[in-house]
Amino acid sequence: MKYSLFSLARNALSHHERWPRAWRSPPPKQFYDVVIIGGGGHGLATAYYLARNHGITDVAVIEKGYIGGGNTGRNTTIIRSNYYLEPNAHFYEHSLKLWEGLSADLNYNVMFSQRGVVNLAHSYADLDNYSRRGNAMRLNGIDAELLTREEVSGMVPLLDCSSTARYPIMGGLLQRRGGTARHDAVAWGYARAADAGGVDIIEQCEVTGLRRDGNRIVSIETTRGVIRAKKIGLAVAGHSGHIAGMAGLRLPIETHVLQALVSEPVKPVLDTVVTSGAVHFYVSQSDKGELVLGGDLDMYNSYGQRSNLPPVEHAVQALLALFPSFSRLRMLRTWGGVMDMSMDGSPIIGKTPLDNLYLDCGWCYGGFKATPASGWCFAHTIANDQPHELNAAFTLDRYGLGKAIDEKGGGPYPWVH
Amino acid sequence: MLSIPCPYCGPRDVTEFSYGGDGNVRPPTGPDAASEAAWSAYVYLRANPRGVHEELWQHSAGCRRWIRVTRNTLTHEMHGSAPARASAAAS
Ligand SMILES: Cc1cc2nc3c(=O)[nH]c(=O)nc-3n(C[C@H](O)[C@H](O)[C@H](O)COP(=O)(O)OP(=O)(O)OC[C@H]3O[C@@H](n4cnc5c(N)ncnc54)[C@H](O)[C@@H]3O)c2cc1C
Ligand SMILES: [Zn+2]
Repeated sequence: MKYSLFSLARNALSHHERWPRAWRSPPPKQFYDVVIIGGGGHGLATAYYLARNHGITDVAVIEKGYIGGGNTGRNTTIIRSNYYLEPNAHFYEHSLKLWEGLSADLNYNVMFSQRGVVNLAHSYADLDNYSRRGNAMRLNGIDAELLTREEVSGMVPLLDCSSTARYPIMGGLLQRRGGTARHDAVAWGYARAADAGGVDIIEQCEVTGLRRDGNRIVSIETTRGVIRAKKIGLAVAGHSGHIAGMAGLRLPIETHVLQALVSEPVKPVLDTVVTSGAVHFYVSQSDKGELVLGGDLDMYNSYGQRSNLPPVEHAVQALLALFPSFSRLRMLRTWGGVMDMSMDGSPIIGKTPLDNLYLDCGWCYGGFKATPASGWCFAHTIANDQPHELNAAFTLDRYGLGKAIDEKGGGPYPWVH
Repeated sequence: MLSIPCPYCGPRDVTEFSYGGDGNVRPPTGPDAASEAAWSAYVYLRANPRGVHEELWQHSAGCRRWIRVTRNTLTHEMHGSAPARASAAAS
């Protein structure tokens, strides 16, 4: 059923009790042309674009829990394309353009809100760095504006821009086209559209083993039986190393926990996304009125998908230093997700040493905004057995070739990116 | 919050430590003869287990020594620690 004003009105007459399921829930078949492991936004988008862009519809997405229950449903939904290095700039800008048409394309409201993303500059060095980054963005055709302290203060009146501020505000870099979206809706919208294109979405089905014969994966062992596929795409974020290990591969990836938290809901007080690289902190206000904030990784390898006090304290300290007036807000929830931290902070979308295994991982803190382009490029790579020009640089073997894409210049320490 | 058993100071809060990563990556033996693949594996590839992990930490806000901790990355259970040079299994 197409969602529209008309279908809304019609279903209102039956008290919204007769809406059909948004996607089927078929039992797994024994064989597919393509199996995507991981039902997060990336896996679901990949399946959708395999069907829509490449006509490949004999596809299953296998998810161990419920779709969107991984990082897709745990993230703070910041969307931007303010990158300095060329491969990242073009890739994330393509993603942002897909976001701009996504609700219409999927016939599903993903609540994409271009409320702008402001990076705060706290020193002259920060300002220099942001003007360099902003100029690089503009040369790549991406919108960027350098803000003075007065402009920042005008946009974000609650921010402490005084001369006695703990973290002085010297200005900022603004990307107006950036913003936020509703994370669950992204998973559900892609799932519904992929399902309509013929894709089987299989939840509660954990991959427990990959059987390898020479350079091929011959079968996938799952908690719902053995499944075989001509091609297999891995899009399991923080579990990439664990599952690639089942096929005998080691990845340039470490798994680390990232946390976020929300306050009790309040009236609208913050209508843009504010981030600080120096303090390592970001905040926005959700449509429900909660302040959504986050900051550092736990900084040690972890598959424990849960929250932990020190980074929460850090985020709250940063919030109060920047926005003293929030001091009496109570925090409502904290949670954690397990991140696929790559060795250069940039993603991997491409082929592996195995002939029929493809890899999509290394999303670090920032893979939600990548969801549409990641699905677009990963589907292209799987369908054509070669990368799209937008992900040609994101190869698995780039590290050993001296072609790392290290936006921060942090070096091969995954927890610093 | 993790409590890290420092072999010199006893159990201390994780906030006193800096992380040094996987304790079992070693540069190739015979560095001049080693292949580029062996070098690149040393610099970039990690076992990244969901389970027992032997890792390096520095007690940077304490005795400042490097130590080797064996920890479960899923449950965060501690299985022991030792001076960085030793093997944690020996403790
Ligand atoms: C706290 C937090 C804040 C973040 N903030 C932002 C942000 O503001 N902006 C941004 O762009 N990004 C952000 N991110 C990053 C972003 O959430 C992720 O990069 C992105 O959602 C990854 O999507 P995915 O589809 O690759 O992974 P996931 O959504 O994690 O999907 C992977 C799926 O694989 C499944 N899986 C794992 N193992 C198996 C198995 N054995 N068998 C079957 N299925 C399996 C999992 O259950 C999971 O559903 C944040 C992340 C966190 C945790
Ligand atoms: Zn000590």
